[in-house]
Amino acid sequence: MPGSSVSIVEVDKYFGDFHVLKNINLEIKENEFFSLLGPSGCGKTTLLRIIAGLEDVDDGDVLLDDKSILNLPPNKRPVNTIFQNYALFPHLNVFENIAFPLRLKKFSESEIRTKVEWLLSLTRLEEHAKKKPAQLSGGQKQRVSLARALANEPKVLLLDEPVSALDAKLRQELLIELDNLHDKVGITFIYVTHDQAEAISVSDHVAVMNNGVVVQYGTPYEIYESPANTFVATFIGESNLMKGTVKQILSENYVLVEFPTLGEIVCFRDKPVDVNDNVLVTLRPEKIRIGHTKPQLLEDAVTNIVHGVVDETIYMGYQTKYFVRTDGGYILRTYKQHASYLLDERIIQWKDEVFLYWNPDDSYIVEVDKG
Amino acid sequence: MKKSFLKVSGYEKYGLIYLFWLLLFFLVPVFVILAYSFLTRNYQGGVEFRFSLQGYKDIVNPNYLVIFLRTIILSFISSVLSIVIAIPVAYQMAFSKWKNLLLLLVIVPFWTNSLIRIYAWIFILGNNGLVNQFLIKLGFVESYVKFIYNNFAVVLVLVYTYLPFAILPLYSSIERLEKHIFEAAMDLGCTKRQVFFKVLLPNIRQGIVSSFVFVFIPSIGTYAVPELVGGKNSRLIGNEIARLLTTAKNWPAAAAISSILLSITIVAVLVFMYGGEKREAR
Repeated sequence: MPGSSVSIVEVDKYFGDFHVLKNINLEIKENEFFSLLGPSGCGKTTLLRIIAGLEDVDDGDVLLDDKSILNLPPNKRPVNTIFQNYALFPHLNVFENIAFPLRLKKFSESEIRTKVEWLLSLTRLEEHAKKKPAQLSGGQKQRVSLARALANEPKVLLLDEPVSALDAKLRQELLIELDNLHDKVGITFIYVTHDQAEAISVSDHVAVMNNGVVVQYGTPYEIYESPANTFVATFIGESNLMKGTVKQILSENYVLVEFPTLGEIVCFRDKPVDVNDNVLVTLRPEKIRIGHTKPQLLEDAVTNIVHGVVDETIYMGYQTKYFVRTDGGYILRTYKQHASYLLDERIIQWKDEVFLYWNPDDSYIVEVDKG
Repeated sequence: MKKSFLKVSGYEKYGLIYLFWLLLFFLVPVFVILAYSFLTRNYQGGVEFRFSLQGYKDIVNPNYLVIFLRTIILSFISSVLSIVIAIPVAYQMAFSKWKNLLLLLVIVPFWTNSLIRIYAWIFILGNNGLVNQFLIKLGFVESYVKFIYNNFAVVLVLVYTYLPFAILPLYSSIERLEKHIFEAAMDLGCTKRQVFFKVLLPNIRQGIVSSFVFVFIPSIGTYAVPELVGGKNSRLIGNEIARLLTTAKNWPAAAAISSILLSITIVAVLVFMYGGEKREAR
């Protein structure tokens, strides 16, 4: 089943006076696992419904393989949707739910049987074929809706928060299953979610949306490592956000930034900055190393080192979170994985004096305010 | 999961009160009617306590068969029309923002006496009524159109009177449905028509059965509607029972018709409900 590419071209959408989607442009490549990520109310579901044909646009175009599909009703689009609440037909059993689109297309009874049985095995639902939706668990319902949507052999599968109604463990399992399924059927998946962990763990590309605008498009790696703005930096993963002033341009990629509470730090920049610009810097907690002693450095190594006192420790089993108050009074968050403690390493405890150090690449300039 | 009738506890005790109520005010009167149908006519009204089949013999008569069939047919037409009108109304209500207000509006007509509402129809449809005056003033017709005192008026007013009984059960069965199933159906390839026949209808089968029963049964027994807006040829079985009780003073015959009507209704409802359930369970 080959998938299609989807292009969203300058799409605008209003609900009354409310501008839900503001000039959205997106290129979704064929057969990729694409995520629309954003907080609730950001317009991501509306965009999905526009692709499905369940919502009109006020302006712009939606192309499937470079052909506009806007004038096609939902039943004529080679696109199928997984709804958040499964939307199974309560009067039909699992088998008939999956067979529903095939019966509409007047397939023969034997074709239907073969196809539905294949889909049942693909979603591991063989033993539930005769059950009514009301007798299924949440995860099983979701798998039925998946099988039903795939029965039509769509070019694009739209998934509207498909796992959000399930509990955390099941969510993880189903997500991995989805990923495997994507590899097997090889069509384009467009996945809508408000959960950043879901989006970055399975997607080839992610579009982060906020207030009806795509704020960043990129691979999960790009979005996590080089957030486009403060919103993305705080919405995806945890981060230490620090405001400072540029003191000195060190090289093409590095500048020295002075922070009132941290002192002078070497920061990475991929955008133009000048001396005296105010900048916002993000630093991911897991990038910071923590230790009782100052690290031994090579002569020419550039490393940021900050001294502080442990303000709070949160033991989480596989790791410990440390909130460290720097000498200047800033609280820096960091994690330490419990890989293995060296015999001579003392466990870091509350009120210990510690050194925090990190590679300058990891203190990333997100926003620049020309001073 | 059948429980012994005698092992009753907790809240089920309140059920017993209702059961007692039903026995006293519903089942006992029904048996009284059944008993009357086998007693002897008293020409002053009432019955004499001697067994007789004369009540049944009196109604073996082609005239009654015609009235009987007419009653069934008009009630059936009214029920089907009510359902046809009620489905879109109930659908809109179930997915409306103002569903509670709309529900209230459905019930509001009950605040006015039904006789008054039927008279209002005479005022609207009568030979000198609003509609005719309007048509004549605008020159669409020369003289009045006979809207009233015929079977058309009976069906119209029956539908008007019992429509809320059709809307409410349909509303409750549509409201239970998740709205996304209709979008899913379109997404999976249904036209709007197919969404209606393949998804909506099968899922509200129980509601349709209830609506049918709720309109059909009171229609069969209606008395006031054909009396007020019906013509010579729209007398229904209710009018006939009333005539036998009052002017004709033939109570056994009235009781006999009632008993037959009751048996037919019970059988029809059982068949309809059982059939609906069976299909639902497939």
